Amino acid sequence: MSQAALRIQKISGHAGSIPGEDTQRQFTVCKLVDTTTCIGCKACEVACMEWNDLPFGETVFDNSYQTMPETRWNYWNLILFNEHEREDGNMMLLMRKDQCMHCAEPGCLEACPADGAIVQYTNGVVDFQQDKCIGCGYCITGCPFNIPKLNKETKRVYKCTLCSDRVSEGLEPACIKACPTGCLHFGSKDDMKLLAEQRAKQLREHSNYPDAGVYDPAGVGGTGVIYVLHDAKNPELYGGLPANPRVPRSVRLWKGPLKWLGNVAMIGGVLGLAVHYLRYGPKESEEERHPGGTP
Amino acid sequence: MTNGWVDIKNTDLMLIMGGNPAENHPCGFKWAIEAKRTRNAKMIVVDPRFTRTASVADYFCQIRAGADIAFLGGMIRYAIDNNYYAKEYLLNYTNAAFIVKEGFKLPDEDGVFSGFDAGKQSYDKSSWNYAAGDASGKPMHGAVAGTAAASLPERPAHDFTLQHPNCVFQLLRKHYSRYTPEMVERITGVPKEQFAKIAEVFTSIRKDGDMKKVATVIYAVGWTQHTFGTQIIRTAAMLQLLLGNVGRAGGGVNALRGHSNIQGATDMAGIFDNLPGYLKVPTPADSSFEGWMKRITPKPSKPGNWDSFNYYGNTPKFAVSLLKAFYGDAATKQNGWAYDYLPKVDRNYSWVELWDNMYNGIVKGLISFGMNGVAIGPNSKKNIDALKKADWLVVGEIYPDETSEFWRSPGITQEEMKQIQTTVYRLPCAGFAEKDGSFTNSARWLQWKNAALPPPGSARLDQDILAQIFLKLRELYKKESGKFPDPILNLAWTYTLPANPSLAEVLKEINGKALAELADPATKQEIKKGQQLPGFAWLKDDGTTSCGNWIDSGCYTEAGNQTARRDPSDPSGLGIHQAWAWSWPANRRVLYNRASCDVAGKPWDASRKQVWWSEATQKWVGNDVPDFKADSNPKDHMGPFIMNPEGVGRLFGPLAAFADGPFPEFYEPIESPVENALHPKQTNSPVITRFSTPDDKYAKASDGYDIICTTYRLTEHYHYWTKNNPMNVQLIPEPFIEIPVELADKLGIRGAEKIKISSVRGSYIAKAFVTKRIKPMTIDGKKVYQIGLPIHQGYRGVAEDEGKNARTLANLLSPTVYDPNSYTPEFKGFLVKVEKV
Repeated sequence: MSQAALRIQKISGHAGSIPGEDTQRQFTVCKLVDTTTCIGCKACEVACMEWNDLPFGETVFDNSYQTMPETRWNYWNLILFNEHEREDGNMMLLMRKDQCMHCAEPGCLEACPADGAIVQYTNGVVDFQQDKCIGCGYCITGCPFNIPKLNKETKRVYKCTLCSDRVSEGLEPACIKACPTGCLHFGSKDDMKLLAEQRAKQLREHSNYPDAGVYDPAGVGGTGVIYVLHDAKNPELYGGLPANPRVPRSVRLWKGPLKWLGNVAMIGGVLGLAVHYLRYGPKESEEERHPGGTP
Repeated sequence: MTNGWVDIKNTDLMLIMGGNPAENHPCGFKWAIEAKRTRNAKMIVVDPRFTRTASVADYFCQIRAGADIAFLGGMIRYAIDNNYYAKEYLLNYTNAAFIVKEGFKLPDEDGVFSGFDAGKQSYDKSSWNYAAGDASGKPMHGAVAGTAAASLPERPAHDFTLQHPNCVFQLLRKHYSRYTPEMVERITGVPKEQFAKIAEVFTSIRKDGDMKKVATVIYAVGWTQHTFGTQIIRTAAMLQLLLGNVGRAGGGVNALRGHSNIQGATDMAGIFDNLPGYLKVPTPADSSFEGWMKRITPKPSKPGNWDSFNYYGNTPKFAVSLLKAFYGDAATKQNGWAYDYLPKVDRNYSWVELWDNMYNGIVKGLISFGMNGVAIGPNSKKNIDALKKADWLVVGEIYPDETSEFWRSPGITQEEMKQIQTTVYRLPCAGFAEKDGSFTNSARWLQWKNAALPPPGSARLDQDILAQIFLKLRELYKKESGKFPDPILNLAWTYTLPANPSLAEVLKEINGKALAELADPATKQEIKKGQQLPGFAWLKDDGTTSCGNWIDSGCYTEAGNQTARRDPSDPSGLGIHQAWAWSWPANRRVLYNRASCDVAGKPWDASRKQVWWSEATQKWVGNDVPDFKADSNPKDHMGPFIMNPEGVGRLFGPLAAFADGPFPEFYEPIESPVENALHPKQTNSPVITRFSTPDDKYAKASDGYDIICTTYRLTEHYHYWTKNNPMNVQLIPEPFIEIPVELADKLGIRGAEKIKISSVRGSYIAKAFVTKRIKPMTIDGKKVYQIGLPIHQGYRGVAEDEGKNARTLANLLSPTVYDPNSYTPEFKGFLVKVEKV
């Protein structure tokens, strides 16, 4: 979904300069998810479905309040429910809103070979452009959070857009608007970081959560969705939130230091093609070779 | 709610018990979160399950379903033993110092209070009264001239030292002295150390008598739906009075209503023993209007040097104005304001009784709007069987539901269906977004809403259907006459479009208007004939005013529809929002707010100033509307609880206030795995009625039904409705039953496998939700399991129609039995057994 008011700062599979680069500065936007005040009501799930016109799907009860095991190509926002017993015997029901993290260094974008299929706007939103997607699925392997999902019928990959259509008009994402408890906040990364740190401090000082903290992992350059966690030392408890997410090494190498290798391979391919043309001439069709019908 | 949703943000401490607001009231729950975030307020959750509310609590305590009175009674004991109570408040704002009559007996020996008649299963409550006092307040012995046995003494005896052995405080102390931490543990299953911790956290809010902090109690139908539900809520109210938390911002006793307008339905007399505005209905013994008024209008009952507003002393004004609204010009002084037109309630017409009557062939037909009778139970099979016997059934709904298709209930064969002779009329109605009108929320706010779109197809508005039925009936009475046509022929029906009354006109009628020129000599304010009244203070008992519900008077004045106001400003920052919608009574947001001040009229907490006495103007003023006589000088010592004839809050509920005791006593649910540890010979409440049809069965643990089942709702669904909406169905697609891991292991059940739970009345099949969030409990030395049953399943809905769900109703399991005060059935805590399918 291309947004006229948004400017691109990173683009997938694109040679040369970025169109419109540096013509406009924007705040980096950020969602703050305070898991300590999430009540798992799923209003964000419904708002996401409704705003983005996503179709209803089949689900099956699987010993949890959780709507489905993981996000789907047409279900971008999912509360993950996890029962956890603390060492002191106290029960916890951890609920975490799972969606695209809008990484500052997005593994999906780095992995994507299709020109312009994944862009990062100057406000930090990572957005998929399905009209340019080739369905290769590299973005799926590139994501450390298991977010992009392939629609097997259309061969296009989808995920949360951070409601870039709303954000570009100065509105908050639909999930934020729907949240009844105010556990979701939206604003500039700096403001959200401050708010999150304040809340974590409050939890450390006034609640039974000495390890409360903020999740904004450096391994992907920080994220456009940050969490306040009761126990920041164990993010895995919250439905497998990786403690130290990184863009997979293969993607890093392929799109980073070894990119020249690919380019060499590609140039080699082009050269080879030229040599082949010079040597054998243009490809003839069967029709041309056998005028007049079947031999 | 004594307070309101937004007011919860002012609290320092929350006790959430008998409710699961995060799941069932998620929008309002934002204010609980707000209190945590902005005030570091602490949250205690006590529940049979670790709920989504518990997930954001500071303290969680798992309790056995139905053991709440033992828990709260233990808290009262703890507060008294540790001197954690509000002394000035207790002395001046409650009946702690009042002396109870000799002859009153606590249930400590045999489990019943004085006056119990085992034959009639009811109490003679004449000993549940205050002793009459002499001039110095000392109790007078023997009969007091001019005092009827069934009324409160004009001058109750009292002892402000609280030492008299029969004063309410000493009786309270004695009554709850049995509720030791050890006893609490035996009954509730809460280990005594954990109980002591919770009791300390909650009651220490009054440590050293400091009045600054405020605690709130938040509950819902987890307290109401028991055979002693009213008494659970009362125990909480008493605890809050003891701690001086009622009337204060961030305090109170707050019922969270489960539907958008259930408060409005209650206010408008959604139950048989009330008229609008909680006026008591006339009975056949009330032979005249005067006789009825004499019975239901209380007289002040207070210590000699105190004052009591006794606001229900105005009952005749409310009643005459109501009859004028009902019958217009046909209600005259000569005919007792058409009192004879009012139906006289001769027996119990509560919900459960009506279905029992239908089952027994007494009720022949049912008009069912805005509810799904067979699904909301209890004992769905009995209700389905009752409908089979009815002549006709009219259902107004937006979907085909379980009630209108009761004959399709699983288990009824094609052959049996042919035998059912009930004629069913289904009237397509309008959904909530297709109607305008007002919703009254839990906070008593009447909020006007507009229709978003017209009803589709041939669907009609509820009020149109009712109006058209009424007009047709009146036409038939006109044509054919009848036994007593007058009430129908003379009913005031002055709407502009008689067959399509606008709800704005109905709201104006509820607000009330002047039927003659009115003037207030004090303020010189005048109201012209036909004008809307500014509020209930203007109501008269001489027929010059009409008012459809006195508590709502002021909602639609000459200034327009006050319920449609949408000014969010809140100058005090206390969440009062005086110009947002309209709150009964008189737009005040916190009830009994006089109690937010000390005796001299100064707020207990200067940072949360609600109302106060202004020496300069000699008036009560404030950020909220004072819930008090505006010019009553604190020196006159008028009590803040103006709706009680005593003017004070009742730690002891005298006379007919309650059917089952002036102090709450713990009784076991009707089906319970153990005997009552307090008095094993009186396990259940002695005044409970059991029903006797073949569908009415009650189990004992010894019959093999030894698992406690409690029913509840999920945040993803709304009652039996949203199974018609694919979005909700996607969120929770199938019914499930929550069972503890240990029980699942014992029975060899794994998560998401199908299980069957059975009560003595019926069975229910769904997938198992094996969870660590419900732990096995030890009740009186016996291991007891609890399981949780969401109620939303039925036999009509998106998945049900496709044959995907088992289609059984949760209330096939629940027993037909109810609270003797509120008539609410016992959906929480009945016995079942569990097996693998």
